[in-house]
Amino acid sequence: MTLSVETGDRPVDSARARNRPGRGRYRGRESARPARRIRDWASVTWFLVPALLLFALFVLVPIAVALYTSLFRWGGFGPPEDFVGLGNYTRLFDDPVFRGDLWRGLFLVVLSIAVQLPFALGTAVLLNQRLPGRAVYRTLFFAPYVLSEVVTGVLFGMIFLPGDGLADHLLDGVPVLDGLAGRWFSDPSTALPTVFLVMTWKYFGFHMMLYLAGLQSIPSEVLEAAAIDGAGPWRRFRHVTLPLLGPTLRISVFLSVIGSIQLFDLVWVTTSGGPTHSSETMAVTMFQFGFKRYQVGYAGAISVVMFAVSLVFSLLYQRFALRRDLRGAVTSMGAGR
Amino acid sequence: MGTPHLSRRSFLATVSAGAAAATAGPLLAACGGGGSGSGGKTTIEWWDIATTEPSQSLYPQIIKAYQAAHPDVTIKITNLENEAYKAKMTAVTASGKLPDIFVTWGGGVLKQQVDAGLVEDLTARSASLASGLIPISLQAYQFGGKTYAIPHDMGMVGFWYNKRLFAKAGIKDAPPTWARLLEDVRKLKAAGITPIALAGKEKWPAHYYWSYLALRIGGTQALKQAAASNDFSAPPFVEAGRQLKALADLAPFQQGYQGAGYDAPGGEAATMGSGRAAMELMGQWAPSVQKDASGKDLGADLGFFPFPVVEGGPGTTTDVFGGGNGHALRKGAPAAAYDFLTFLINAENERKLVSSGGFMPVVKGAESAIADPNRKLVAETLAKATGFQLYLDQAFPPAVGQEVNDSVTDLIAGKKTPEQVAQAVTKTAKSQ
Repeated sequence: MTLSVETGDRPVDSARARNRPGRGRYRGRESARPARRIRDWASVTWFLVPALLLFALFVLVPIAVALYTSLFRWGGFGPPEDFVGLGNYTRLFDDPVFRGDLWRGLFLVVLSIAVQLPFALGTAVLLNQRLPGRAVYRTLFFAPYVLSEVVTGVLFGMIFLPGDGLADHLLDGVPVLDGLAGRWFSDPSTALPTVFLVMTWKYFGFHMMLYLAGLQSIPSEVLEAAAIDGAGPWRRFRHVTLPLLGPTLRISVFLSVIGSIQLFDLVWVTTSGGPTHSSETMAVTMFQFGFKRYQVGYAGAISVVMFAVSLVFSLLYQRFALRRDLRGAVTSMGAGR
Repeated sequence: MGTPHLSRRSFLATVSAGAAAATAGPLLAACGGGGSGSGGKTTIEWWDIATTEPSQSLYPQIIKAYQAAHPDVTIKITNLENEAYKAKMTAVTASGKLPDIFVTWGGGVLKQQVDAGLVEDLTARSASLASGLIPISLQAYQFGGKTYAIPHDMGMVGFWYNKRLFAKAGIKDAPPTWARLLEDVRKLKAAGITPIALAGKEKWPAHYYWSYLALRIGGTQALKQAAASNDFSAPPFVEAGRQLKALADLAPFQQGYQGAGYDAPGGEAATMGSGRAAMELMGQWAPSVQKDASGKDLGADLGFFPFPVVEGGPGTTTDVFGGGNGHALRKGAPAAAYDFLTFLINAENERKLVSSGGFMPVVKGAESAIADPNRKLVAETLAKATGFQLYLDQAFPPAVGQEVNDSVTDLIAGKKTPEQVAQAVTKTAKSQ
């Protein structure tokens, strides 16, 4: 996953235009060109091969192996032999836990987009103003992102410790909220929202940083012009800032959704998916079956579904939402021409 | 242009080749294993999990003593952390190359290795040694009347309880029956004491209740039958679920137990160790974990009683549920490897192991070396044991063990009925 959507190919374009055969003033050197092209291709290949090999070895081959083993009932010992066709997949969609995983994934995705990202945007807009100590705030809000998920999980495991944790002490006597005491990660109805809370704490700073960078690239002239035209702060935000922040927002939504679909570490450390599967995600279910039960074929099927969900989402999203942002980027080579 | 390019290429090539060699080197070295005798010298490869005290320093001492007595034998020990060891054993089992001596928990995993023809049959050689061992200590390593490993540690699960809290609730002695236990739970609750600490997040502590209840209601016979037929829907298992549900309905567990870990801060062991719950159902390691997790020592307040009997069931308090550690040999391991296993549990070394506090006795009479009254009680219960059932997650394939853990946790949370638990476990067992 890289963020370098801005890599314009203009210099390459012009270089290629110059080399294009049939242009009058180069005709004299025609004979030298095929050799040059071969050399170009040779160096392109030379640079690409290591990356392609690594990509194939660590991305394509494992995907193919997962697809293959997902068609077997296989415990991970020796070669897979017991072919069951799509049996693992039908079993998968019959399993209430896995169907629940899909709903819980959707829950996290929707909450991320509806709560976490607007919150990050709000903070970013706030910290884009001239405030005393805003660099301190920026650093503070970004700091959780630097922590590893495991450290975060252990930390919040202590904060939400039933009875003894910081959260229960803080909320002691606070109306409504103190009803949460002793529940948090320990109650099936609050475990997933609590996981989301921790997720937000950890990731809103990252999205805030993205938005801050986006906000700073908006020229102040545009905002000034809008102000002169009589637009109030809300209209300036809604009709100038927000549209110009579009590319950043779209990338941030993309990262957030993919991150929610693949959420594992945080859940594993805080709740292990419990109580009674109420905070289990696809990745946790896959781990349970693959590495605890050694039903590797079945776990393979889960990972294939996870891959398919992420792939379909990212293709659709790139096609419909990121299309404008990606125009001119290397990834859309040929599409825009 | 050309020359610097080339030098850069060759530089990169050198670097990547170097990196490949650096990563492959240790791998190749690690694959080398296997005992080899050259020029009368025997080298024995021993894999274990002794990454913590006391075994971490005891094992090398014992190796040294053995090598001093047998100058022609060299023993090389490789210690791995528990989970890493399991993973590595899975890999080497698949490749068919086991080390000469390896630690085992017996049960399903050892059976798999035996079935693959990778493990030495020790039946004939160990006949005289076995007669000196606590009878049940060998059971986890015996299949079809043959013995495949020599035990060196043995443990069991039982109730650890806080005598002071029991007294506070007006309970005079440990409950001999399940009905009395339920009654005591009510008394403790009435006295404002949390009766039981449970690590609901970890699931395996919950499975002890169901397994023990099945063992009491159906006897060891019921579990043997289930293991043979992969059928857990027999009445004892359903009844075990009902009795467990009766316990869970009393809400005996600490606040937030569904999210509690075992040895984590605020978990089961810490709750018990800090005196905030009256009992826990746990293995022989419980006292030391309580101390570690809570930073407090219950001392003389801590007591132990075996899992109570269920009225009407054939199971007695001398049927134990537990497990231990043993060492198995690779098929064709040098004779010195077996000799070393007998050396490891000879009178002197067994006393060292037992008195270190890290091991429970496997040799008859060795329990006299234990000073701690609770460990002594466990050892005596083990020595008198008439029946034995290995931890279900080791006796059965991993998927069955996990399904038991999962389903029993759901049962306690009220998400599954006793019948559904029996069905779910049966379904998983049949699909293996």
